Amino acid sequence: MISVMGVSHDLGGSTVLHDIDLEIPKGKVTALIGPNGAGKSTLLSLIARLARHRTGRIMVDELEVGVCASNTLARRLAILPQSSEIAPRLTIEELVAFGRYPHHLGRPGKHDREKIAEAMTLFDLDPLTQRTLDTVSGGQRQRALLAMIFAQDTDYMLLDEPLNNLDIAASRSLMALLQRLAREHARTVVIVLHDINYACAYADHIVTMKGGKIGPQGDAETLVDGKLMHEVFETDAVVHRIGGRTFVAV
Amino acid sequence: MHRRRLIVLAVLFVASAVAYMTIGARGNWGFVLEFRGAKLAALCLVAVALSTSTVLFQTITQNRILTPSIMGFDELFVLIVAMGVFVFGMTDYLVVTSWIQFGVSLVLMTGASLLLFGTLLLQERPDLMRMILTGLVLTVLFRSLRTLLVRMLDPNEFSVVQVSSYARFHQIETGLLAIAAVTIGAALVGAWAMRHRLDVLSLGREAAINLGEDVRRGTLQVLVLIGILVSVATALVGPTAFLGLLVVSIAHAVTPTGRHAVLLVSAALISGTTLVGGQALLERVFGLVTPLTVVIDLAGGVLFLVLVMKGLKR
Repeated sequence: MISVMGVSHDLGGSTVLHDIDLEIPKGKVTALIGPNGAGKSTLLSLIARLARHRTGRIMVDELEVGVCASNTLARRLAILPQSSEIAPRLTIEELVAFGRYPHHLGRPGKHDREKIAEAMTLFDLDPLTQRTLDTVSGGQRQRALLAMIFAQDTDYMLLDEPLNNLDIAASRSLMALLQRLAREHARTVVIVLHDINYACAYADHIVTMKGGKIGPQGDAETLVDGKLMHEVFETDAVVHRIGGRTFVAV
Repeated sequence: MHRRRLIVLAVLFVASAVAYMTIGARGNWGFVLEFRGAKLAALCLVAVALSTSTVLFQTITQNRILTPSIMGFDELFVLIVAMGVFVFGMTDYLVVTSWIQFGVSLVLMTGASLLLFGTLLLQERPDLMRMILTGLVLTVLFRSLRTLLVRMLDPNEFSVVQVSSYARFHQIETGLLAIAAVTIGAALVGAWAMRHRLDVLSLGREAAINLGEDVRRGTLQVLVLIGILVSVATALVGPTAFLGLLVVSIAHAVTPTGRHAVLLVSAALISGTTLVGGQALLERVFGLVTPLTVVIDLAGGVLFLVLVMKGLKR
């Protein structure tokens, strides 16, 4: 379980997170949704120690973020930041192989190579192994980055808007894969989503954020309705329930 | 993967070393070999120090345009030397004839580069154009300060500083060879031990943190190594504006890889071939009409402009 306790954060003089308390359940897909500037990405980057939190505590199981060794946390938790500018001349295979670095620190063994091959196949990258990142499409690049995070083989995966650059087929298969990772492999996935319909369709748990504070949370069926859309997103979108599923008309 | 290319580079390097030792040698072979051997060793040390420091700097800044020289590292070292002459006022201050002077300069240089460049590099997002401008400003600043100091010196001291202010490959301070070899050797061992971490650091801050690397610590360690390598190389031959950029760019073209185990070796071999081979050609064949620095700075300068233009366009 990830526990965030009393965390506040300032960026450029203004407070972007106000005294956040949040528990993210283990073995589930949790979606973070909210309007732009709500602090979703900031919260994710604090959990993944990309930025230092000044107040409060963040725990990933028994590991305290910012206190435990960075390498220990790297074997427990992986993050895919939004728009990561990564060395453009790397080949796809080299990039995915970096996912194993926290485990072997530069000396890959047989097990590491198997994991890399598994990730390459799972994300449909086998025809692209020797292509460099600057010669593939945005979607292929995104898949390669996801494969790297997958190869890192961590209990927790934090993904900041991974559906950017992905078409509907790739988006659906990625979300289905994340769901499968949670159900079959007990992985915990925390995902920032822009499209609330994807959150409704694939997330087990939805956490809303607004103005640097945590809003209502719950599962799609009980949480998402016209009132929530109005309160959190300040728009009067109509919410439909069809066949036990929730849809927000856009 | 790049084994064959590395072997070819190694052969080229050995060939240029043999050429440097033998072309136009007359008289007592024992003397020739000893005399040229010392200079060859110095050239090799400088070559590997410059290529390695450039690779390291480009790794922690994630770009292929900036080098320690462009950021003003070696001007900083010359300034420290000038300050030494100014403060201690020795008429026969030969930059690093004594170990203590050398040690003091080295410590000062490492501290100053950590302070100046550490604060610059550990910002959240240092962007390229700002780095280039900062480098230009620092280079000019260090040079102006040195000029100011030099004006207050007496003519003898002035000439000492003047000699150490310009690159010179034909006239090397072979007197410091032993200490230079030890210091550069130690820094190279450090860089080699970091090679896998460097691979990760070159991915950028966020990716490196995700993979469990302490970016802050790694950057500071690399800056110390760069400070040491640049100090020793500059003490041996003076500031070398574009040599590092030139050889590392060639290395990226010959062995395109993100793996520092390959890149460090390939850059070192290319650097050695360029310096030793170039010096053999210009010194022995063309009889020193044009100094090697002029050729290297011309080629490197043009390359720098091309890279900056390409970087601006993107």
